[in-house]
Amino acid sequence: MELVTKDRKTIDPLETIETHNNTAALTINPLESEAIYIFREVVAQFEKPVLLFSGGKDSITLVRLAQKAFYPAKIPFPLLHIDTGHNFPETIAFRDKLVEELGVELIVRYVQDSIDQGKVVEEKGKYASRNSLQTTTLLDALDEFKFDAAIGGARRDEEKARAKERIFSVRDDFGQWDEKNQRPELFDHLNGKISLGQNVRVFPISNWTELDVWSYINKEKIEIPSIYFAHIRKTFVRDGMIWSADEAVYREEDEVVEDRLVRFRTVGDMSCTAAVLSDAVTLEKVVEEIRASTISERGARIDDKRSEAAMEKRKQQGYF
Amino acid sequence: MEVLKIATAGSVDDGKSTLIGRILYDTQSLTTDKLEAIEAKSKANGFDYLDFSLATDGLIAEREQGITIDVAHIYFSSKTKSYIVADTPGHIEYTRNMVTGASTSQASIILVDARKGVIEQTHRHFFINNLLRVKDIIVAVNKMDLVDFSESVYEEIKADFQKMIDQSEYKEQNITFIPVSALLGDNVVTSSENMPWYQGNTILDHLESLEAQDVYEQSQMRFPVQMVIRPKQTDFHDFRGYAGKIYGDDLEVGDEVTILPSLTTSRIKEIYFFDQKFDKAGRGSSCTITLEDDLNISRGDMIVKNAERPNIGKQLEAKVCWMDTKELQAGTQYFLQSGSNRILAKIKEVSGVIHTDFSGEDTTANSLKLNEVGKVNILMSRPLAYDSYTENRISGSFILIDAHTNTTAGVGFVQ
Repeated sequence: MELVTKDRKTIDPLETIETHNNTAALTINPLESEAIYIFREVVAQFEKPVLLFSGGKDSITLVRLAQKAFYPAKIPFPLLHIDTGHNFPETIAFRDKLVEELGVELIVRYVQDSIDQGKVVEEKGKYASRNSLQTTTLLDALDEFKFDAAIGGARRDEEKARAKERIFSVRDDFGQWDEKNQRPELFDHLNGKISLGQNVRVFPISNWTELDVWSYINKEKIEIPSIYFAHIRKTFVRDGMIWSADEAVYREEDEVVEDRLVRFRTVGDMSCTAAVLSDAVTLEKVVEEIRASTISERGARIDDKRSEAAMEKRKQQGYF
Repeated sequence: MEVLKIATAGSVDDGKSTLIGRILYDTQSLTTDKLEAIEAKSKANGFDYLDFSLATDGLIAEREQGITIDVAHIYFSSKTKSYIVADTPGHIEYTRNMVTGASTSQASIILVDARKGVIEQTHRHFFINNLLRVKDIIVAVNKMDLVDFSESVYEEIKADFQKMIDQSEYKEQNITFIPVSALLGDNVVTSSENMPWYQGNTILDHLESLEAQDVYEQSQMRFPVQMVIRPKQTDFHDFRGYAGKIYGDDLEVGDEVTILPSLTTSRIKEIYFFDQKFDKAGRGSSCTITLEDDLNISRGDMIVKNAERPNIGKQLEAKVCWMDTKELQAGTQYFLQSGSNRILAKIKEVSGVIHTDFSGEDTTANSLKLNEVGKVNILMSRPLAYDSYTENRISGSFILIDAHTNTTAGVGFVQ
């Protein structure tokens, strides 16, 4: 038998299964169906859910799934963006346009405010990033609005500690994740009962892989920010990775800035998101590139490389 | 693309994580950076070979102790299928995680250490897969390299395992034995040259041959209403849609349906998926339906076809697997949740604790401890529409939620 994981040109993970020959029969995409089911459980079981929106492809996918889950009603919860201040400008423009189109409420809370209030201290030096500072701003925002469910686009294939996340992940007053005491999740019986002070992180696309997300965006023709496509950018190379040469990213004097044809695989804080060399200018080409890729997505996130247990430690502290 | 969900079960050191790591490695599913991390870590730990278990053992405590303590989900793809593996821990105190993994899987791999053979844990693993009615089971007799790839050792283990199968009531379960060495890769993805006496499939070939279908098998159509969608917009002024997931069988426009527990009847008017209307939708689809009649329907109600009514009642008997450190006691109140329905319930009686080695039951017990399976009689504060678990996995199962801590304390399978 031939396996073609590295070069999977022949498969489309989200190719739908025909259930009937009848042309007006609904075809099922099991991952999409599961995500829609989860969205509806969130709205039915919680009083004040919110969707955490970063402007990245995973949260954009979540928005599309939410639209599908509640049609013809509008998405019945607001979007919350935790702004590190180090965003790619393209992402912010895209965000505002999307919110306008959907007619949903957008709440923005700024890491800069948390810094100004003295709640967190800005990192210094070569690897300074605001990524871990987001946690405080996020927890404050959840508290401010009394959100009891925060929906996020994390996927289990991203990272080892995330592989153990539940779909409904209960957090305590401090936003902490107690990974050893997680609720078992059986069948489709999702338990969203929580005590006062607790809240839940919800992950509707837990079971999707990076390729699943891209294939879905491609199939649904979902609009995404331009930085996901190949473009010329001023960059420099550090530790074998390509960084955006921007004020928000610390750069040593000997780190040379050059124009390169690049795109981004994830869109996080600019100070911790590396670019890849790419000439993929269309969705089809991006999907092809992902299929052929042998570097995993989080390999381009410098914050996970700090230590093997980096992600788990951040999660215990309430990071998304 | 088909999605096949599989669970793994094995005792400590049976090589479960190594097996999964091996599958990932041999299917080129490990990306360069992950592989490099495994190589570096294996070297740092002073191992002679690549420790594939590092690919899956994600939590710090697990890496320190070298064991898997929580369900981890792992993804890989072949040419024909996407696989989701629930890697579940084998030691007794984490049985609840094994039940969890098996509940969303349609196939299970049970590992047996060729040197140890069928042990008490193996009984438990098979028992759980049996209780949950996981359709396809692969018994992977692992570490064949440590018993000189001996056919007689393998045959002996097979015969021992067969004794358990003979005691099983679920005769339709497909059970396949495969001798493997996860460490060396024999019969995992590639056929073993060390075991020419074995002519069967490798583990991956066998998985490829399985028909991927929803874990909720074909049965009578059940549509638990998750929520009522009322847009209150000018375009959809009178729209009243019932959002839910279809289980068991197809649903068609025009189908005569009964709404439970009220027993009112109507007909399916429209089936929506997003902004499209369909004549028919298959099981597994999350859609929104409208009815011909204006009825009072809310979350927790169940829509079924007229001729296929389930049981409705305030009392049921179930096998319960207990998952909480706080014991289940007769007389205690819990919330019983089945799909979108959550009802206050009371344990009337624990009529027996079932021995998970198929040796019968203890009828003197009146409580259930963590990881025990018992027969329980439950009273509910209002009527529930339910099936037996053998007839329908979704409407025949439920969870029990602790009324004080809100934790999921147990799972029940209606008799």
